[in-house]
Amino acid sequence: MTATWISTWTRRHLLDVDELSRAELEAVLDLGVELRGRRAARELPDSLRGLAVGLAFYEPSTRTRVSFELAARELGATVTDLSVAGSSVAKGESLIDTLRTLERTGVRMVVLRHAASGAPYLAARSLERAAILNAGDGTHAHPTQALLDALTLREALGSLEGARVVIVGDAAHSRVARSDLHALVRLGASVVLSGPPAWVNPFAGWPGVSVVTDLATALSGADAVVALRVQRERAAGSGVPSLGEYVSRWGLTAEKLERACPGAWLMHPGPANEGVEIAAELSTDPRSLIGRQVENGVPIRMAVLSLLAVEMDRW
Amino acid sequence: MVIDRFGSLADPPATFALTGVRVIDPSTNTDVVRDLVVADGVIRNGDAPSGIPRIDAAGLVAAPGLCDLHTHLRTPGDEGAETIASGTRAAAHGGFTTVCAMPNTDPPLDDALRVRGLLAEAAHAAARVRVVAAATRGRAGEQLTDHGALAAAGAIGFSDDGVAVAPAAVARQALAYLASLGLPLVEHAEEPDLAAGGLMRGGPTATRLGLGGWPASAELAIVERDLALAAETGGWIHFTHLATAAGLEPIRRARASGTRVTCDVTPHHLALTDAWVAGDRHFAWENGHDPEPGASAGLDPAFAYDGVCRVNPPLPTRDDAMALLAAVADGTVDAIATDHAPHPPERKAVPFAEAAPGLIGLETALGIGLAAVAAGHLELSTLLAALSTRPAALIGEARSMAAGSNADLVVFDPQRSWRVERAALASRSANTPLVGMDLPGVVRLTVAAGRITYDAGLIGSE
Repeated sequence: MTATWISTWTRRHLLDVDELSRAELEAVLDLGVELRGRRAARELPDSLRGLAVGLAFYEPSTRTRVSFELAARELGATVTDLSVAGSSVAKGESLIDTLRTLERTGVRMVVLRHAASGAPYLAARSLERAAILNAGDGTHAHPTQALLDALTLREALGSLEGARVVIVGDAAHSRVARSDLHALVRLGASVVLSGPPAWVNPFAGWPGVSVVTDLATALSGADAVVALRVQRERAAGSGVPSLGEYVSRWGLTAEKLERACPGAWLMHPGPANEGVEIAAELSTDPRSLIGRQVENGVPIRMAVLSLLAVEMDRW
Repeated sequence: MVIDRFGSLADPPATFALTGVRVIDPSTNTDVVRDLVVADGVIRNGDAPSGIPRIDAAGLVAAPGLCDLHTHLRTPGDEGAETIASGTRAAAHGGFTTVCAMPNTDPPLDDALRVRGLLAEAAHAAARVRVVAAATRGRAGEQLTDHGALAAAGAIGFSDDGVAVAPAAVARQALAYLASLGLPLVEHAEEPDLAAGGLMRGGPTATRLGLGGWPASAELAIVERDLALAAETGGWIHFTHLATAAGLEPIRRARASGTRVTCDVTPHHLALTDAWVAGDRHFAWENGHDPEPGASAGLDPAFAYDGVCRVNPPLPTRDDAMALLAAVADGTVDAIATDHAPHPPERKAVPFAEAAPGLIGLETALGIGLAAVAAGHLELSTLLAALSTRPAALIGEARSMAAGSNADLVVFDPQRSWRVERAALASRSANTPLVGMDLPGVVRLTVAAGRITYDAGLIGSE
């Protein structure tokens, strides 16, 4: 593997992308590309050989958990799945106690998903030897999703420098949106948030971010559009009068996308509610990058695991 | 080595002389260096009689004993977090001679017998204990407690603290009834629907952290409501732990038009900000890293999302903190009260959303205030008035440094600082984000009702 990424990485944990410099972000993406190629050629390094990786998902997840598990196994790690969500593992046992137990069994990396914003920071403070990889915490961050989104967009656009990316939906409650904002802005893009005021106005004033409630205006000149998943129970609650109102004003359709730049790309972190945040016809549209986002999931997680494993030998 | 010695209200009255101490009495605008003689618990004129301990107190400040309008002693029901003994020792260690125990205990202080029991138990405590009784039975906001009987048992105010008296009609009844007793409704100003889901103050930092925001309007809504009710009923409304700038203007206006309104703020709402939840550890008036949303480096993993910063009402924005500080300086705010809220570690070392709200304050209040003084945001005499004479006057307690007065005072060293560490705290709990930080002002002596309740090697020699 190329050595450049090693010199730029000095982190014990990956808690969010907001801590990463542009050089570090580029390094992860570059390594993701490299590992994707080596995976296709069946020439993966066993850079995690002898390492025990624990998956601690306190919230249900399929694609994130599976892609972390594959990434770790294919790099040679031993993977243990705590399967916390829905089981009795965590009943009466605090998060810290559970993770410390994992650590004592020899787990050196914990992939943590938790419904509480900030739980990975608590975990990182509480463990002595293990690294924490945030696989999504509450409404705060989802760093590997942002990295794979950034990689997908960087490849589709050539570069994120100067790109205009529109994110549509409930940004206020979206960990994907938050992490995307950090990553895309740091990589040189400008981000436009669009959606019901309660869902986008809190971001007014963020550097590199503009808030445009009206979707048609927001889409004007867009190079790419990211639709966020609508939590149905929220749609009828705080942010918007009804789901129907949301669909009519902010649901993405081929017609509305006409306002964007010709050839503008479409993304979605998945799983999508077809007919809600995006029209069914768009999921098979040639402009859709949704499939490529999924494909980039394993290599990006491989990249992150590899970098943390290298760093692990230093402390 | 200095030995900390705690005493109690049941000890014999103290006799000692401090020579060359700077005596500050905000109630009489006094600030002089003189000898301070206490004999049999009473402040005396003139030179120290021979035979009594004479201590050179040059460089030290003596001021009226501090009075906390808002203390959680966690008794009954949660003695693992605090007891009357540990809580009043924390008070004495912080320079407080009176604490007002809040009623959100388990069971709540909504019954005269329970109030009498608590006060009887406190007779040997290290600080005078007064009681704020529950305003409604079970703090349920439905039926008034027996205000008259509770007042006769010793209650000096009524509150459903922890929550507001949520139904407006019940708050109105309480204000009207309490007017006949001359006692305040002590309101926790939080409109429950607006604050629902709020884990910290709403704003850019909450957005950045992905934590539910508690809007400033949640406080303003109750402040405006209760001011209208107080004006209408002639009742006395006291807002406790105000945490936003928005509520100050209507209070100034209502007071000018004759409404009986008083209020307090906590030291942590004056000095700490919502940026502390993101891991910042700078006082509001200092230049911190001020986490620009979306920009700059990541959160500090050593401090970000620390449950110890979860408090209700939530830590304010920097602008709000500075407005509250200015309101202490201009007298709009009557008192600084700690909202001392002890919790054991297992209730704090959990994800932020699961952390029990509250932080301890008795032992750090003076230090935070002195830091604000050192930064030029408060006069020392204003700080001491807000911590001692003004709150004491609200609950009918005397505080005076004049001859003939019962000695009730604190002596501290403004030149020295101390590090807030678990071992340095007398409270049973250590839930304060100030742990590890240095605070100015070391309390050397506390005298409550003529008794030495705390002595850091000043009088006694070990």
